[in-house]
Amino acid sequence: MSKAIHIPISISRIIVPTICLLLTAVLVRAQDQTTLMLVTHDSFNASETVLAQFQEETGITLEIIRLGDAGTVVNQSILSRENPLGDVLFGVDNTFLGRALDADLFISYESPLIDTVADEFKLDPEFRVTPINYGDIALNYDRSYFEENDLELPSSLQDLTLPAYRSLLVVQNPATSSPGLAFLLLTIMQFGTDGDYTYLDYWQDLVANDIYISDDWTDAYYNQFSGSAGSLGTRPLVVSYASSPPAEVYFADPQPEVAPTGSIVADGMVFRQIEFAGILQGTDNIEGAKQFIDFLLSMPFQEDMPLQMFVFPVNPEAALPEVFTQYALLPQAPMMMDSGEIDENREAWLQEWVETVIR
Amino acid sequence: MGRNGHSLIAVAWRVLRLAPIAFLAVFFVYPVLTIFGISLAPEGQLDLSGFARLVTSDYYVNTLLFTIWQAAISTILTLGLALPSAYVFSRFQFRGKALFLSLATLPFVLPTIVVAAAFSALIGPRGYVNAFLVTTFGLDAPPIQLERTLLLILIVHVFYNYAVALRIITTYWMNQNPRIEQAARVLGAHGWRLWWYVHLPLLRPAITAAGVLVFIFCFTSFGVVLLLGGPRYATLEVEIFRQARDLFNLPVAAALSIVQIGLMFAMMWVYTRLQRRISSEIVAAEASAQRPKTQRDRITITVTLAFMAVMLFTPLVALALVSVTLGFDGISFQHYQQLGSNPRGSVLFVPPLSAVGNSVAFAASSTALSIILGVVSSYLLLRNNRWSRLLDAAFMLPLATSAVTLGFGFIVALDQPPLNLRQSALLIPVAHTLVAMPFVIRSILPALRAIPENLREAASVLGASPWRRWRWVELPLISRALLVGATYAFVISLGEFGASLFIARPDTPTLPIAIFRLLGQPGGSSYGQALALSTILLLVSAVAFILIERLRTPGARGEF
Repeated sequence: MSKAIHIPISISRIIVPTICLLLTAVLVRAQDQTTLMLVTHDSFNASETVLAQFQEETGITLEIIRLGDAGTVVNQSILSRENPLGDVLFGVDNTFLGRALDADLFISYESPLIDTVADEFKLDPEFRVTPINYGDIALNYDRSYFEENDLELPSSLQDLTLPAYRSLLVVQNPATSSPGLAFLLLTIMQFGTDGDYTYLDYWQDLVANDIYISDDWTDAYYNQFSGSAGSLGTRPLVVSYASSPPAEVYFADPQPEVAPTGSIVADGMVFRQIEFAGILQGTDNIEGAKQFIDFLLSMPFQEDMPLQMFVFPVNPEAALPEVFTQYALLPQAPMMMDSGEIDENREAWLQEWVETVIR
Repeated sequence: MGRNGHSLIAVAWRVLRLAPIAFLAVFFVYPVLTIFGISLAPEGQLDLSGFARLVTSDYYVNTLLFTIWQAAISTILTLGLALPSAYVFSRFQFRGKALFLSLATLPFVLPTIVVAAAFSALIGPRGYVNAFLVTTFGLDAPPIQLERTLLLILIVHVFYNYAVALRIITTYWMNQNPRIEQAARVLGAHGWRLWWYVHLPLLRPAITAAGVLVFIFCFTSFGVVLLLGGPRYATLEVEIFRQARDLFNLPVAAALSIVQIGLMFAMMWVYTRLQRRISSEIVAAEASAQRPKTQRDRITITVTLAFMAVMLFTPLVALALVSVTLGFDGISFQHYQQLGSNPRGSVLFVPPLSAVGNSVAFAASSTALSIILGVVSSYLLLRNNRWSRLLDAAFMLPLATSAVTLGFGFIVALDQPPLNLRQSALLIPVAHTLVAMPFVIRSILPALRAIPENLREAASVLGASPWRRWRWVELPLISRALLVGATYAFVISLGEFGASLFIARPDTPTLPIAIFRLLGQPGGSSYGQALALSTILLLVSAVAFILIERLRTPGARGEF
């Protein structure tokens, strides 16, 4: 029993460093005027050198606050509107834009660089949000499966209900996944909500053709889709991004000559997502926030995005890296839905989808 | 220690015992009530249409029934499978016992998406087991088809919770006097009679404590149900996430949250009412475990360990195997090597060592905080009166509260000085402590209740001050239970449980966050690196468990 004296000493080994840690955490929070808080999602990425350049040129220290996924970022920002979490929000896309604008989250700012952006991306005429990048939701296929089985690629959404594509497709649950929602919206645009054959009829046919509905992109892409490198998945078609094939090449070591996967960008099979940034209402650093929006549109950042976030820059002049020019396909006619319409109907559509597909 | 020392301790205790209540009030009750207020009365006017929505469709009723049903089955399965192992671990002394018990806790640390990957590698259609069976027996199709079945959900729930039940019951059992069992055997109790009339009644406090934790855990199951069960299955927790995160329908989310919290509170209330003070005969643990004597004993131990190895360790081994073979013909550590390099110069890049450092720092703070608060709370709960029962139920509620509810609550409630903590890294250990405290309390309380009152009285009569009495009589008797609580607190924090994903945080990426980031981008090497980092998470946890073991009362080494 006498040895038991060791306990307090051992416990103090935990407690002392802990208290130190907690104290440091409190002290480090001291803020200064030149700090700019960027509120963003967990996939925001940029080159260290490009961000350092911004900090050097402006004298602003950038602090990145992450809030989970894109939907969470918007929701949390709406909840904290009276006392915003930061100065600039990056990462609201056109499926959440209506919700964000309705909540009056942003201050209008028309950047001098807005002329460098293609007009199709300027969804808000008041410039409460500024478009920064875009990406296309498209089917990805496992190249070797289609070659070995001598199977034609589907050339329309309707093809996916044919017996030839039975048990081949993985989609994401639109209620929980952003590409899943984009794919649902695509089917709504294609088949409509009323008439003889609505999007719900289409989904019934998809289910009858044994599609696999996964909860999120990661599970769908890595665990179910057979095309990703080394995958144990069994299905050669998945809903993903048109920029996934270049990523497959870029992240392979050694890089293959031919991409192991491809994207299908035929007309009516692609939904376009645009990502925006905006200055949060209530910021006390509006000048810094404006400088940061300008920076997001500047050439160094626009050209940095493709390899960092696997999206396309909104500035058509921005040079694309080689994996993009070589392996990414750009659709002729991507589809986009009005973000107000999405916001109005999202809940009803999801409810109908759940009732048709899941029950 | 003189009289002044006594009164000093008495004052210190009076202050200290308010700490857990204050902690719960500030970091749980206040944020949750604030978000409920905003959700249910956005314009200052109470609007209960969220509740009305719940009863208009039988969807929510069915969801609730499914939630209760799957949690009950998972709990019964977990307890049923853990009891025989608990017997072996509390009755026998064998080599590697402590290590085995520690490692059994490893599943708890893995994010669901990684567990899904591990199970898919093991028993998925193209997993190791099916591949082996197909080639060995020349089959046409993989024989094991568990994808999207309720069975798979249950298996993974057992995988996650097995060690919770095992460790709580084993710890308690080891302090029980083996003479009771010996006497029963002499009196002719064998087989099921021994279990039914002796073991189970004796172990009831530990079994129910473990059962309550496992039940709440499975009741609020989110990722397991969504990922492995598919969209067909939904628990209340899944529905809360869908309403709050995806639809931003706060009234319905709040109504569902209140139903969930209310149900858990009612269950805890009944549970604490049923808890009686058990004054069984406790002994120092050294006496109770013995080396196996007969061949039968050795076979029992081997079978138990083999079962646990298959149930708990094969998925982990499959995960580690994939991390060194994904994309290669043989074995390669390329994914591990790439973890340390940042060819794109990204700000998203997390050096593995700094992720380990952040994870361990958060986990150590959460563990220290939840041990201190958990021990104090357990003493508060020891008095069996109405207030302590109410408090007991209240301390469990953070575990029953959806991460998204808590995260939203933090955002709206902790935004003004002196509690302007929204962007502080401090909030992460606070959130983890809220979830970890129930585990600490449920581990300690049965042990504390089992200490007979006359033991305390004897110590006092012999002149021991309250401090010495606690230090030399009570602490040694609860130290192993404390260790179980500490291990779980550590694991919960290391596994980055839900809530912190909803907390605004400066860039202090932990291992799970780094894993999520890698899993969020396409490309074989990202996936390989995510699995490599998951394996590192397992290794870090294993090392931490072994170190925590060493903090234990040296006298009891090798027992636990």
